[in-house]
Amino acid sequence: MTPILNFLIPATDACRRTGPHDKIVFSSRVRLARNLKGSPFPGHGRKPDRIKAFEQLMPAVSSLPQVAPDPYAEAMDKTTAHEKQILVERHLISREHATKGSGSGLVLNREETLSVMVNEEDHLRMQSLLPGLQLEGAWSAIDAVDSALQEQVEFAFHEQFGFLTACPTNLGTGIRVSAMLHLPGLVLAEQINQIIQAVSKLGLAVRGLYGEGTEALGNIFQVSNQQTLGETEQEIVQRLNKVVLQVIEHEENARISQLEKRPNVLFNQIGRAYGILAHAHTISSKETMNLLSLLRLGVDVGIFPGTPRTVVDELFLLSQPAHLQLGRIEKLDAEQRDGVRAEMLRQRVKGVPVPDHTRVAVRSDSN
Amino acid sequence: MQCQVCKKAQAKVHYTQIHDNQVKKVDLCDACAKENGINDPAAFALADLVLGLGASQKIEEVTTTTGAEVACKNCGFTQTDLKKTGRLGCSECYVTFAEALDSLLKNMHKGTRHRGKVPPIARRALDMEAHVRQLEADLKAAVAREDFESAASLRDAIKTTRQLSPSS
Repeated sequence: MTPILNFLIPATDACRRTGPHDKIVFSSRVRLARNLKGSPFPGHGRKPDRIKAFEQLMPAVSSLPQVAPDPYAEAMDKTTAHEKQILVERHLISREHATKGSGSGLVLNREETLSVMVNEEDHLRMQSLLPGLQLEGAWSAIDAVDSALQEQVEFAFHEQFGFLTACPTNLGTGIRVSAMLHLPGLVLAEQINQIIQAVSKLGLAVRGLYGEGTEALGNIFQVSNQQTLGETEQEIVQRLNKVVLQVIEHEENARISQLEKRPNVLFNQIGRAYGILAHAHTISSKETMNLLSLLRLGVDVGIFPGTPRTVVDELFLLSQPAHLQLGRIEKLDAEQRDGVRAEMLRQRVKGVPVPDHTRVAVRSDSN
Repeated sequence: MQCQVCKKAQAKVHYTQIHDNQVKKVDLCDACAKENGINDPAAFALADLVLGLGASQKIEEVTTTTGAEVACKNCGFTQTDLKKTGRLGCSECYVTFAEALDSLLKNMHKGTRHRGKVPPIARRALDMEAHVRQLEADLKAAVAREDFESAASLRDAIKTTRQLSPSS
């Protein structure tokens, strides 16, 4: 089997993928939780139970036409801690799955749009990940995988409760639909809390970059459904889509109004972010994320003409701990990492021409 | 809204208690609220009021006597495990702990009945069941109008359908 690092698409190419509304929506994801009928859930089962489920599911999943050609399919104990962390940073496995060893596995298609975790919290966690706002597309892709698999495997299903999952919060459809959003405008306009509250009232959750219990670094927010039982998958997907479109509109408006009302505040923050990223010699992950968010906003408003957004998106990925470790033999500690990160950023940001606020079209009647 | 105790006066006090992820609600009038010590939440046992005196004691008994605790026949998962982890042990646990899960699910989800995708195997079984129910209704109607010829063929049809069913 090809080692996972050779299998993965290089960061530059991975970040070059585009999709609808990708100015504000990084990615769309739909995941389904499924379990084998009769067999104990992975968290409660003994090792032989897990191995049995693993041996049944790995060949079934990796032979599906949906993941062809040549998918990556390997047990988690065949990947190092570093490789697992890379997969987490690429959003291809969950943080929980990264802690798993023998008896757990991963199947990944070449495009990295489909990933199936075997023996995570449930026997199967299957996700479809697409760039930009493509929730419908992500749903139909993973729906096809699920249907094809059901030709070969009998899943735990109950007439009233639907698909049975280890945690009752996933019961029924087993679906989690989420979109990763970049919302610096709403944060700067101090409207983000209102938006989060409004979204929560609709039964949706707003979380940070890596899902449950993580901080919203770099003004990146993940919106997802919380309820899985009592509605069809289509209804859940459509509602999330509608809400995301509204959030996009609010974000666009917030950006326009910041640019009209306080252009100097905006240019100041973006200019300073550029300065630090281009000249720092040590920088934390948290600070990097927040500054890159401003740099990305700068690209969006036109302060950096000729610089594509994908350049910034790649920096988001390359600043993550496991990606900084790539190609180095000795393990970096946190302090060394901050130095390596700064060095990488200085080199890369050198290629971005200095910000030019005169290129931004601000309405003349304001300020 | 009427008071749930005296069933006469208008309910002005609305009390919600969440215990073990179970939500209990009581609506009372001022007089009944005072009588039941709502002003002093610590002294007030909502379960007793709603389920009759001594109910909370009974609940306590069920959950603390570990010796006779309910466990899943398929995987051995217990109610204590459920409480501790918030997870279930296997698909059979959903049948074993159906009662405990019911109110939990009500608060957690939009509904308590699955409306999404149905696997082909379950779909066939469901269709079969619906088909048998229809045949049984037809049979009853045929007997009622003393059409024994139709009744006999319906009876045979039910028998064959049941034999085809994978669960029997």
